[in-house]
Amino acid sequence: MAPVLSFTPEGIYCPAGDFHIDPWRPVARAVITHGHADHARPGHGSYLATPQAAPVMRHRLGDIRIDTLAYGATRRIGAATLSLHPAGHLPGSAQVRVEVAGEVWVVSGDYKIEPDGLAEPFEPVPCHAFISECTFGLPVFRWRPQAEVMAAIDAWWAENRAAGRVSILGAYSLGKAQRLLAGIDAGAGPVLTHGAVEATNEVLRAQGYALPGTIRVTPETKPGDHPGALVLAPPAALGTPWARRFGPASAGFASGWMQLRGVRRRRGMDRGFVLSDHADWDGLNTAIRATGAERVFVTHGYTAVFRRWLESQGLDAGIVATEFGGEETEGEVA
Amino acid sequence: MRRFARLFDTLDRTTRTNAKVAALAEYLTGAPEEDRLWAIALLSGRRPRRVVASARLRDWAAERAGLPLWLVEESYPVVGDLAETIALILPPPLRGEDRSLAEWMDWLAALRPQPEAAHKAAVLEAWDGMAAQDRLVFNKLLTGGFRVGVSAGLVTRALSQATGIEAPKLAHRLMGDWTPATTSWDRLILSEDPADDLSRPYPFCLAHPLEDPAADLGAPGDWLAEWKWDGIRGQAIRRGGELYLWSRGEDLITPRFPDLAPLADFLPDGTVIDGEILAWDRAADRPLAFARLQTRLGRKTVPKKLLAEAPARLLAYDLLEQEGTDLRPLPLEERRLRLDRLLQQLPAEAPLAASPLMEFGTWDELGAQRAAARSHHAEGLMLKHRASPYHAGRRRGDWWKWKLEPLRIDAVLLYAQAGHGRRATLFTDFTFAVWDGPELVPFAKAYSGLTDAEFAEITAWVRRNTRDRFGPVRQVAPQHVFEIAFEGIRESPRHKSGIALRFPRMARWRRDKAAAEASTLTELRALLDLYG
Repeated sequence: MAPVLSFTPEGIYCPAGDFHIDPWRPVARAVITHGHADHARPGHGSYLATPQAAPVMRHRLGDIRIDTLAYGATRRIGAATLSLHPAGHLPGSAQVRVEVAGEVWVVSGDYKIEPDGLAEPFEPVPCHAFISECTFGLPVFRWRPQAEVMAAIDAWWAENRAAGRVSILGAYSLGKAQRLLAGIDAGAGPVLTHGAVEATNEVLRAQGYALPGTIRVTPETKPGDHPGALVLAPPAALGTPWARRFGPASAGFASGWMQLRGVRRRRGMDRGFVLSDHADWDGLNTAIRATGAERVFVTHGYTAVFRRWLESQGLDAGIVATEFGGEETEGEVA
Repeated sequence: MRRFARLFDTLDRTTRTNAKVAALAEYLTGAPEEDRLWAIALLSGRRPRRVVASARLRDWAAERAGLPLWLVEESYPVVGDLAETIALILPPPLRGEDRSLAEWMDWLAALRPQPEAAHKAAVLEAWDGMAAQDRLVFNKLLTGGFRVGVSAGLVTRALSQATGIEAPKLAHRLMGDWTPATTSWDRLILSEDPADDLSRPYPFCLAHPLEDPAADLGAPGDWLAEWKWDGIRGQAIRRGGELYLWSRGEDLITPRFPDLAPLADFLPDGTVIDGEILAWDRAADRPLAFARLQTRLGRKTVPKKLLAEAPARLLAYDLLEQEGTDLRPLPLEERRLRLDRLLQQLPAEAPLAASPLMEFGTWDELGAQRAAARSHHAEGLMLKHRASPYHAGRRRGDWWKWKLEPLRIDAVLLYAQAGHGRRATLFTDFTFAVWDGPELVPFAKAYSGLTDAEFAEITAWVRRNTRDRFGPVRQVAPQHVFEIAFEGIRESPRHKSGIALRFPRMARWRRDKAAAEASTLTELRALLDLYG
């Protein structure tokens, strides 16, 4: 019997249903776990995602043929039965469950275990084989509880307000920025957003996700317009003329990579906040155990090391080479 | 410790000088006096020697964290710092304690003489009571690896802010052979008595490299020029009947140079000389190559044979103290006159002479002499304004180093390894090769010279073009050519190429050259014949 999922140059493929999951080259039918650019690529014949993920994908990919499937609902495609389950990575993100003749495989996509108050919380899905990301698959990556990190950001912002500085916080414009908005004490002062962040905010607000009010930064925004503001911007905007328009400022960055002193120093930020939308070491291990899977395939991250670890834990583990952003796009995906 | 760990964190993560000074000044105002003194000691490189080897620490941490050793070893290159790796893998603390920095330093001193079995129990116990961010600093203190990017000048500035005492005065007080065990905050920092440490050197006056044309410096007659010797910059201090030799790194190196001990008899009391220690070729009456001096450095005692083959000599640049009086505010011209007079009285066999001054009427004449520096085993020239006082530290304007252009060779990138610290997830440590017929022979390692963007680009390339792995080292496709600049070249039986370079670094990424166009071993050997 053919395996439920196989690994092809286009991406993860289901022969029984003739569809791909998060493919990186154009295919006829693509099931998409979430809207980040390395998972939802342009050029596929048709797309299938959760109803919560679809608006952002339309916003980012333009005129695509997209069908939706609610969390937990099943759909028969050829000889395969497909369903989507919350991955906790960002609003609308999913794990993909595929069942063929009683054998169940699950593709995790990107995921985190800790509920963040905005994304639909991660749900373990029992399966025979689990294809897991392992971006942070080393024991040096352990996150503190979200509440603690948000309190540290609030304190930094308050300190900057008291010193007459603006706080510029770098965060990925889809997911991390909204998680921060929802998690910080947004009433403490004006919250400004970069256009890329605000565009995503608008899409999510229209879907009914509760996000506090924000002010979009425009070319007319001048230093001193919003004293003591917190500015949310994509990492690439930090250190550019765009970020210098606010006058005296302290720059921070929220990412799992901020766990490493070397990366913090290289980024040259005033503050690094360790906050990731990926599972940490304990999260990965917990999630994998919870699936009950005997076979585990690991993708993007420290795959060789993590596979060896899983094998030492008695699991049958393999590596899937993928073209998802990993080590090389450090800071942009995490 | 919490407070000191926070200071470390601030100093470590900011590149802004003012922020560093402010953080330091705050610590030096608010922390308990014993802690302040320890902080100054640690920040000025006076860290205690290693108490526990980092490999032991790694083993214990793996055990405590319940992780296999190989997994910790695999994590280390990603983090780029073993003390940090250990701090990150340890389970959360069982107790919340906060002992002062001075208490921990006493704890360390008490631990040192105990057997290793006791070390393990004590360290595990300490980890259990310590917050994660404190463990990093603690681990670095245990393994003798504590370092942080603040200069001596910056510490003095902060201390000056905290105490209201002028910085040059403090710089002098902080020099020399003290530890928090031998002095106190009051005695070292606040005390006015200059005589309380006879061995204390003056802060060295340092020069910036000359980047503009020498002619921009004005009239040649306003300047003194001398060889920039390639030896050990040092101060010879003769006070209270004793001789003290200090290196610029503030190490007391008197015992390493028994051949300079007679200076105690030759120099009058209350004399301080700034100069260069060189290994001397008696027959040719000129310095030997730096490599010969280097063979003496690693040794506690110097064997007779080496004393005979590479005797040390001090070439004096400057006179800083005479008859117990600080001469540093005097113009260089006057100090030099006094130096020459003092040294003229010495017998010929004294291992001390004035470093000769160049004779020149124009900058072009001086430039021509500079071009011959390598044949004198000098790195270039020093230019010093005749009216200059002896500044504390590096100051722009009065002193310049006018070094030779480096030697250069085009080499092929052969092996790459990830860097440490802020360069941890990047490939920055490279091995380069030249052609020997159809073979590539590795001849040098280089770590610096590229921009961050270039390092990021080559890192992405290395990941995709790895041919083989040897532990952390990756062999890559021989494709990229880099221009390697270096200061000197010598024969070395320890290297496969038979050659060792001094200060090799990447001067340029030669994207215009294919690997086949890189230099050959024959070309490298020709440089050795010329300059070795």
